[in-house]
Amino acid sequence: MTHTLTTAGPLPAQDPCDGYDVTVVGAGVVGAAIARELARYPLRIALVDAADDVGSGTSKANTAILHTGFDAVPGSLEARLVREGYALLADYAGETGIPLERVGALLVAWDGDQLATLPGLLDKAVRNGYHAARLIGADELRAREPRLGPGALGALEVPDESIICPWTTPLAYATQAVRAGVHLHLNCRVNSVDQGGDVHTLTTSRGPLRTRHVVNAAGLHADEIDRMLGNDVFTVTPRRGQLIVYDKLARDLVGHILLPVPGPGGKGVLVAPTVFGNVLLGPTAEELDDRTDTASTAEGLRLLREKGRRIVPRLVDEEVTAVYAGLRAATGQEDYRIQEYPALRYVAVGGIRSTGLTASLAIARHVVELLAATGLELTGPRDLPPLTMPGLGEASPRPYLSAALIAGDPAYGSIVCHCEQVTLGEIRDALASTIPPCSVDGLRRRTRARGGRCQGFHCGAAVRALVEEGTAANGDDEEAHR
Amino acid sequence: MTGSERNGRTARDVDVLIVGAGPAGLAAGAELAAAGVDRVEILEREQQAGGVPRHCHHGGFGAPTGLLARARALARRSADGGGGGMDGPAYARQHVTAALSAGAALRTGVTVTGWAGPRTVDTTGPAGLERITARAVVLATGARERPRSARLIPGTRPAGVYTTGELQQAVHLYGQRIGTRAVVVGDEPVGYAAAGTLRAAGVEVVAVVTDRRASRLRPHGRSPLLTGATVTGLRGRPRLSGVELRHEDGRTTTLSCDTVVLSGDFVPDHELARRGGLVLDPGTRGPAYDAAFRTSRPGVFAAGNVLHAVERAGFAAEEGRAVAVPVLHRLLGTEEPGGRGPSLVVEAPLRWIAPNTAGPDGARPPGDRFLLRAARPLTLPVLAVTQDGRELHRQRSLPSSGPGRSLHLAAGWLDRVDPHGPAVRIAVL
Ligand SMILES: Cc1cc2nc3c(=O)[nH]c(=O)nc-3n(C[C@H](O)[C@H](O)[C@H](O)COP(=O)(O)OP(=O)(O)OC[C@H]3O[C@@H](n4cnc5c(N)ncnc54)[C@H](O)[C@@H]3O)c2cc1C
Ligand SMILES: Cc1cc2nc3c(=O)[nH]c(=O)nc-3n(C[C@H](O)[C@H](O)[C@H](O)COP(=O)(O)OP(=O)(O)OC[C@H]3O[C@@H](n4cnc5c(N)ncnc54)[C@H](O)[C@@H]3O)c2cc1C
Repeated sequence: MTHTLTTAGPLPAQDPCDGYDVTVVGAGVVGAAIARELARYPLRIALVDAADDVGSGTSKANTAILHTGFDAVPGSLEARLVREGYALLADYAGETGIPLERVGALLVAWDGDQLATLPGLLDKAVRNGYHAARLIGADELRAREPRLGPGALGALEVPDESIICPWTTPLAYATQAVRAGVHLHLNCRVNSVDQGGDVHTLTTSRGPLRTRHVVNAAGLHADEIDRMLGNDVFTVTPRRGQLIVYDKLARDLVGHILLPVPGPGGKGVLVAPTVFGNVLLGPTAEELDDRTDTASTAEGLRLLREKGRRIVPRLVDEEVTAVYAGLRAATGQEDYRIQEYPALRYVAVGGIRSTGLTASLAIARHVVELLAATGLELTGPRDLPPLTMPGLGEASPRPYLSAALIAGDPAYGSIVCHCEQVTLGEIRDALASTIPPCSVDGLRRRTRARGGRCQGFHCGAAVRALVEEGTAANGDDEEAHR
Repeated sequence: MTGSERNGRTARDVDVLIVGAGPAGLAAGAELAAAGVDRVEILEREQQAGGVPRHCHHGGFGAPTGLLARARALARRSADGGGGGMDGPAYARQHVTAALSAGAALRTGVTVTGWAGPRTVDTTGPAGLERITARAVVLATGARERPRSARLIPGTRPAGVYTTGELQQAVHLYGQRIGTRAVVVGDEPVGYAAAGTLRAAGVEVVAVVTDRRASRLRPHGRSPLLTGATVTGLRGRPRLSGVELRHEDGRTTTLSCDTVVLSGDFVPDHELARRGGLVLDPGTRGPAYDAAFRTSRPGVFAAGNVLHAVERAGFAAEEGRAVAVPVLHRLLGTEEPGGRGPSLVVEAPLRWIAPNTAGPDGARPPGDRFLLRAARPLTLPVLAVTQDGRELHRQRSLPSSGPGRSLHLAAGWLDRVDPHGPAVRIAVL
């Protein structure tokens, strides 16, 4: 089967003249999930993104927790979709090999007020349909998390909170969608929408794109797309979250996701293991105007370290591997803003705030139902081709430790990135995959190469050389394809 | 060699296993093989042996280390980073040849990935997985420069941010395009080496920036030197557009550039040591060790920059040769009984001392002196060594030329240390 993935030049000619049946704008974790869900049907589907890769907006920069939804606003759409999304994604991760670890969370109370809040949170969890949470005392807490700072009084244990790979997830969705026939167009920004009779014409940075139905999953820019379709319902304001990633040698300091007890200032700063074997500290919560401002600040890092020192004092003496920031799409409403517009054959998927990774598969199912309500015919669903993603997780079997794999192909025994122990074989596979990376960063999100403690001191130049070689080869293929 | 298969791993035994084929590991291998040890094996994870000098295309390697010779070399120094001797690749080749002709086995492209016993390591290479048990292990895994993230420099995450190590490899090993205008952060010798590499790649060096005061610095090389300036942020997306600075007087400016090299600020590659549960020294962040290069685990030794990031290559090689003696004692069973002596602890503004445990048998470090680093330059500091309030030694030290250069402390007091007493303290009076 030929896959259609384009990254440059005019969009391929659309035939017949009404173009695609559905176009999903935004290939973040939400848009990619929607495209994948649609791919079950015999439809002509496009997934377009302004960026040069899938999942490179908010979806690449979060805390990567698969939430049970125990603390959602009971009765909200978000509460339902997070709960459903948790189960769907946990299963999907099991099928496809997306790294996932059920480490459990502890909401730690550091003072009397916080301790007094815990029973209410337990009650809320129950109202959200989550029954496995329980209160634990200071002694059990200390036994479970011996490196916790002094003064912790007790905790709410949420055993099913899990950590997941934020990069493999959207990539898996998009890969499966493309393999099932969805056209993926990258570097393709939607600049305006022209509503014709039966067909919308999207003017993109790569030329016109005609489509009967539109799904707007543009994340931080969802309100702009919404206005292009004549609505004026919500405005996205970015809430920045800065994070610090500590070295793998710090991993033993933390067993669970250590959540703060939510206060008036929002969810607060957590300490959590990552599926790559690191430890995460963050995020901050800062209201901004600039939807592109993913910079870190001295003040933000100072604040994180101060909070981190209280939670796990030894953590802040460990080496820092990475610092990054993500932007949540706040819309002034404590819920998602998912809305169908039958007359416009359009569904807006806005305000997917701080739980979109978890809820993605449930959002996708919900949106596809809404699309049906806008007149999209959904007949003859079929199973998607099964998918296996490379095991990026520290807990999954890694190629550099597999005698059988190396015996079959010595490239899996040739380590290129020493900090993350990424082999030449894995890099080669990523460069030849269905959705190949087109940058060193894209390769890092697919293999972990160059993402470790030395940040390129040892392997940076070698990895760059491999990417330049690989993308040049892919470019040739693409020419040939056209 | 004996070979057997377990869990898909080939198990083997050697006499001495050396991890890392930089100047330290190669020198240790050459010395041990020349001393008649049969099975000396050096493992190197890179495809080429030689360590960091492989990509240091400037001169200055293997230059004499004596004070007078150094002064002469300094006077002859070429504009950036010269200093006599040979260039890095030639130096690396010389060490490889010496190790091989002495009879050491050198295997490249093989990574030590972890431990399976006190002196047993697991390896990965294109030929498969191995489990190698040695009678003695020498860790010579070297050091690296701290990247931007570890230095907590805020701002955007643009392309164009390098450490010297990555820059040198990009230019000298891969011939990659770098940029047009660069700022180098750090004025240690390696910073000037970075400036030289940038110019060789056709990049204009806008400035070398240091937070040190002007009065203490001699001009060096061809690059404009900006003193008393701290980097407060990086700007630009997707490519670097500027480096934000705060000057001593509180003024802030932005240097416009598309490339920045974060030089110096070395940290030992101590992962293997730490994963093996060896005691680390809190100051150096390398394995704690005594004058005979013994770590906290019997039969596991360490040499080179993993012990004290970072000294010159010649010094690392000297340590590699010196480690051979205690390793031979171990093989011959004439090693002094194990058990570490008291640790040596420095007080601020000193940052670390190496070696940093007293050792059980009064062994003396190479050159009969300790290395010390301070957080700031010190003028003719008086160093005092005490144990349990008892002064063991007092000495005036020559001035260090900055945080990137070591002070020396004579080692004669070591035999006055009470091996069962508390930590020995080193302070600046
Ligand atoms: C700090 C932080 C922590 C978080 N922690 C968690 C967590 O632990 N668990 C969890 O479940 N969720 C978490 N989230 C939330 C989660 O990351 C988001 O909800 C999710 O990534 C949103 O995905 P998206 O697809 O809606 O948006 P995005 O990933 O931003 O995707 C939108 C895409 O639309 C594209 N686009 C925008 N405009 C246009 C246009 N005009 N034309 C074409 N394309 C366009 C963009 O390029 C982008 O790729 C966190 C978020 C943040 C910021
Ligand atoms: C950018 C830069 C410029 C420098 N310029 C000069 C100069 O001009 N003059 C000078 O005298 N000195 C210079 N130095 C210092 C000099 O390079 C070092 O002192 C010297 O290389 C230290 O030798 P070493 O053997 O301790 O470590 P390294 O040279 O770092 O060698 C360590 C080796 O161990 C290998 N290794 C690590 N872990 C493993 C593992 N798990 N398995 C297998 N192999 C492993 C590494 O791949 C590496 O090859 C410079 C250093 C740097 C970083």
